[in-house]
Amino acid sequence: MCTYINKQTDIAGSGKGADGWFPLSRLTVAFDHPVAAQLGHAVLVDIQDPHTGGRIALELDIASATALAETLQAAIAEAQLTGLAE
Amino acid sequence: MWNSLDTGAQDGLLAEVIAIPAHNGDWIHAYWARPAGPGPHPAVVAVHHMPGWDEYYREFTRRLAAHGYNVICPDLYHRFGHGTPDDVAARARAAGGLSDDSAVGDLVAAAAYLRALPSSNGKVGIIGTCSGGRHAYLIAGRHPDAFDAVADLWGGRVVIRPEELTDTMPVAPLDYTQNLTAPVLGLFGNEDANPSPAAVDTLEAELTKHGKEFEFHRYDDAGHGFFYHDRPAYRQQQAMDGWDKVFAFFAKHLT
Repeated sequence: MCTYINKQTDIAGSGKGADGWFPLSRLTVAFDHPVAAQLGHAVLVDIQDPHTGGRIALELDIASATALAETLQAAIAEAQLTGLAE
Repeated sequence: MWNSLDTGAQDGLLAEVIAIPAHNGDWIHAYWARPAGPGPHPAVVAVHHMPGWDEYYREFTRRLAAHGYNVICPDLYHRFGHGTPDDVAARARAAGGLSDDSAVGDLVAAAAYLRALPSSNGKVGIIGTCSGGRHAYLIAGRHPDAFDAVADLWGGRVVIRPEELTDTMPVAPLDYTQNLTAPVLGLFGNEDANPSPAAVDTLEAELTKHGKEFEFHRYDDAGHGFFYHDRPAYRQQQAMDGWDKVFAFFAKHLT
């Protein structure tokens, strides 16, 4: 790694990639060199299943990553109020 | 120097993916390129950067070979599996990243492979960009007998704070400076933040303190990754001058 900013956690769920749906088990968030985004450094979000190789990848600038985090948290907060959250 | 070839000379190179014995007895893939002639040739280990063992590094390896070097670029991410370079790099991140011990073991093995070749002139250098530059500096300090010249191209986190050390990166490469025996080439952009100009100053002071042979070139209007022609960071003039510095340095110390 270049910046060595790299966080991982286990998750559960499903993701859809080019070949269809696959199980998700691992979330990685790093801040380092992107491959596609035209940035020197980006927030790299990888949601993947190491067993099947399925991967959903995001490369975001800081503002977009912040918007993603805040939008997620806002939706989660409302979901938890419904009593339906699992 | 770039573009100083003789248009009347027989010339060529060979390049392909091979497998080499590496750290912990594992066999890993490596990209191997060499001049077509019998040698003897000096050699270089090329250390790929965080984005992975990718197409940039295959071109990088072939460029060194085209200029007269036996070159090996080991796939330091081999143990994380195979696929497109960015998929493999993501798998490496998901596993917590590449450990220094694994990288050092693979790079020392690559140097031994090159030194054992019948076409070897007995000299092996190491060059890396980004995290590869950090690895090059680290390994030269941990294994001072393995390399005859070290090129650190904007390696970040050679200088780091104690609280930034991790299980996979337990020692700052700077702390191995006193062990260095090979001369060091450093190329840095003055707009880079990792390493920052202050960090490069610290590295320079440490090399000076220990009486090490080194040459640093620090480029204005250039940041991190200014050699990368596939990225917005590319700076044509600084990159071409940097390549001339690399070839002059290796010619001085490996031939």
